[in-house]
Amino acid sequence: MNDSTVVDSPASPALKLKKRSRDPVLTQRLAFAFLFISTLLIIVPVGLIIVIIVQKGLPGITWQFLTDIPRQGMRSGGIFPAILGTIYLVSGAIVFALPIGLLSAVYLSEYARGNFLTRLIKLAIVNLAGVPSVVYGLFGLALFVTFFKLGASILSGALTLGIMILPIIITASLEALESVPQSFREASRSLGASRWQTIRYVVLPNAISGIITGTILGLGRAAGETAPILFTVAAFYLPQLPGSVFDQVMALPYHLYVISTQVPNVDEKIRYGTALVLLAMVLFMNLAAVVIRCRFRKKKKW
Amino acid sequence: MFCGLASIFFVVLIFLFLLKEGLAVFKTVTPPQFLFGKSWYPISEPPHLGILPLILGSLMVTLGAALISIPIGVACAVYIAEVAPLKIKEILKSGIELLAAIPSVVLGFIGMVTLVPWIKSIFHLPTGLTALSGAVMLAFMAMPTIVSIAEDALYSVPKTYKEGALALGATHWQAIHRVILPAASSGIMAAVMLGIGRVIGETMAVMMITGNAAVIPHSILQPVRTLTATIAAEMGEAVVGSEHYFALFAVGIVLFVISFIVNVGADLFLHKKEQ
Amino acid sequence: MVEFLIKDLNIWFGQIHAMKNVNMEIGSKQILSVIGPANSGKTTFLRMLNRLNELNDNFRMTGEVLFGGRDIVEMDPETVRKKIGMVFALPLPLPMSIFDNVAYGVKVSGVRNRKLQAAAVEKALKQAYLWDEVKDRLNTSAFKLSGGQQQRLCIARTLAVEPRVILFDEPCSGLDPISTAKVEEAMLVLKKDYTIILVTNNVKQAARVGDRTAFFLSSELVEMDGTDKIFTAPRDKRTDGYIRGKFG
Repeated sequence: MNDSTVVDSPASPALKLKKRSRDPVLTQRLAFAFLFISTLLIIVPVGLIIVIIVQKGLPGITWQFLTDIPRQGMRSGGIFPAILGTIYLVSGAIVFALPIGLLSAVYLSEYARGNFLTRLIKLAIVNLAGVPSVVYGLFGLALFVTFFKLGASILSGALTLGIMILPIIITASLEALESVPQSFREASRSLGASRWQTIRYVVLPNAISGIITGTILGLGRAAGETAPILFTVAAFYLPQLPGSVFDQVMALPYHLYVISTQVPNVDEKIRYGTALVLLAMVLFMNLAAVVIRCRFRKKKKW
Repeated sequence: MFCGLASIFFVVLIFLFLLKEGLAVFKTVTPPQFLFGKSWYPISEPPHLGILPLILGSLMVTLGAALISIPIGVACAVYIAEVAPLKIKEILKSGIELLAAIPSVVLGFIGMVTLVPWIKSIFHLPTGLTALSGAVMLAFMAMPTIVSIAEDALYSVPKTYKEGALALGATHWQAIHRVILPAASSGIMAAVMLGIGRVIGETMAVMMITGNAAVIPHSILQPVRTLTATIAAEMGEAVVGSEHYFALFAVGIVLFVISFIVNVGADLFLHKKEQ
Repeated sequence: MVEFLIKDLNIWFGQIHAMKNVNMEIGSKQILSVIGPANSGKTTFLRMLNRLNELNDNFRMTGEVLFGGRDIVEMDPETVRKKIGMVFALPLPLPMSIFDNVAYGVKVSGVRNRKLQAAAVEKALKQAYLWDEVKDRLNTSAFKLSGGQQQRLCIARTLAVEPRVILFDEPCSGLDPISTAKVEEAMLVLKKDYTIILVTNNVKQAARVGDRTAFFLSSELVEMDGTDKIFTAPRDKRTDGYIRGKFG
């Protein structure tokens, strides 16, 4: 179907050619080609990146690599302490961020009135979300390491990461809570349930999938961040496992950074292997979040 | 429920602590000297604490990233929202989400091993660690943000606008660029601002591929140092309580203020759209 | 016996004066039909009785609503709502099983014992004429029931809490004629033990079911009397006009 015939004047073909200097259909084809190429420019490199990392990293992934401690200044051995360190940090971050984040979201959704204070809180959340990760590192350094005298430790790092992922948890939980229809709350209240009982028995159980999704995304983000942990916890070569939350610890993102930029002659397999482990961890968490989101969407009862 | 106030509490806390340590630097230098001073040699005696080279470094890399990511990102968003066939749409959106999830240190690593040598050979440079490399890599990091928010904005334009345009005989493309894009413009602005906000705040990838030379850059093919990388790279060496230490916190204040402005601005655009 | 005594009731939502100077007495164990065109204030009036209007941030009231002699505003809202139950216009099952729906009110009152809950559930479902249809599938989702069944489920749910009053807010507006007949039948049986207030857009339903009828127009109570009187010889011209279908 030629759309241009509809806009053309009913004149002779010659006149048509003179009047139309640009064929809208041709323009559209060019435009769409540009759009398509732009999309490819983004999507193709993503695929390439993953392929490269998998291809070059897979040879390095041995059981020993995953469970051994590093040796020889990281030129051989494994990355187990880094993996464990990342797990500790991420768990600590969630223990801090989930309760506070969830309760904040409950407050905003169920108790807050639409007044100035609420707008201020939402503005603060947007801001926290936008603060550069290195500034979080500075803050963590100033507050936890120095002021509270916790030193560079798992505790400092986990708390810093926790504050960083707080906005993610709040936003996802808030969205989940707000998606529960208001009519359910009314029905519950009309039967004599208090506000808190309504939240506990009706609202929360139905928002749980969104909350879990948000939590997992937060975990993924915390696992991959380097800058916040640079000054608050990360150690490079620590061939023993941490004994308490006050110890320093290795972490995967920081580890990758150092072996790529500061240690010469590290085997390529180790570099790519570390990248692969980190990437796999983060992508797995994102995938889990998506799967949970889809499954609950299907099971949704209303 | 004071958990709700937690967010405000933390934002204020962050700002306060930055101020606490950062303002101390102004005992040694004045604000104009700090912001506009041309040399950054914090460990020389006496230390030179002008952050102009760093500001310019951040600026150059950000502008470069913006120039690349905005057209491509918006184009991609338009493609996904309007042109892509349904089946492919989901794959594309997943691809974008995938890119967004990759940690910045991993992207920095990949940039180091692929992009940097490539740029070095194309432009016959002594080193591939340049502002250009940084700009390209950061563009990649900004694009998922731009694409997904812009796509949301395009998607929420009422279908009736498009139907009206088509009913008047416009082609699909004409409907897009004359009706839909303008209608979604404030959402797209917000997307761009948030994408740029992400670029300004990026640390690791930048550190790994821009070369870390804290001098005023004369071309995009030179190594540069950004505000973020400066903090990350030098904080390890700075003695707690030294002028260097305070100076780095002051850089943190600058970053905080910039990101505050960008984020609040983007939020305003998003809410303007909702009206 | 007087169940409700309402004196000089005025309600505002923000700047909107939603209820103007209402005074009335509602007797117990009978059905009061409340009629009037859309936006006349009938639902606002109904929701005042179980204090549901308070869920709206902009709500303000003056005047008194006395329930069994006590001002309901001075009572604990949860207690009020357990004594004064409500059935909504569109069937509103909670996203749970049939059993949990009916047991919900009982559970939030503090009854944890599963056997006690089960006894209450069975009794309520029988009163709502739903027991036989669902007794074998109490643990299935409430959404699997038909519209009419869901509405009877909501009635059962309200009955389980053992209220004294049941408020019906246009309960049959989403139902087919057969389900409507079943709900009306249930109401006529229930009025022996409960005070029932029925808001309805269906004037004929009001005449069929109500012992007394109240007519609201533009946020005011225009006239209230025995149903026979209202429908045969109303005192106010406006009442007459509405009943004959001249407006609304």
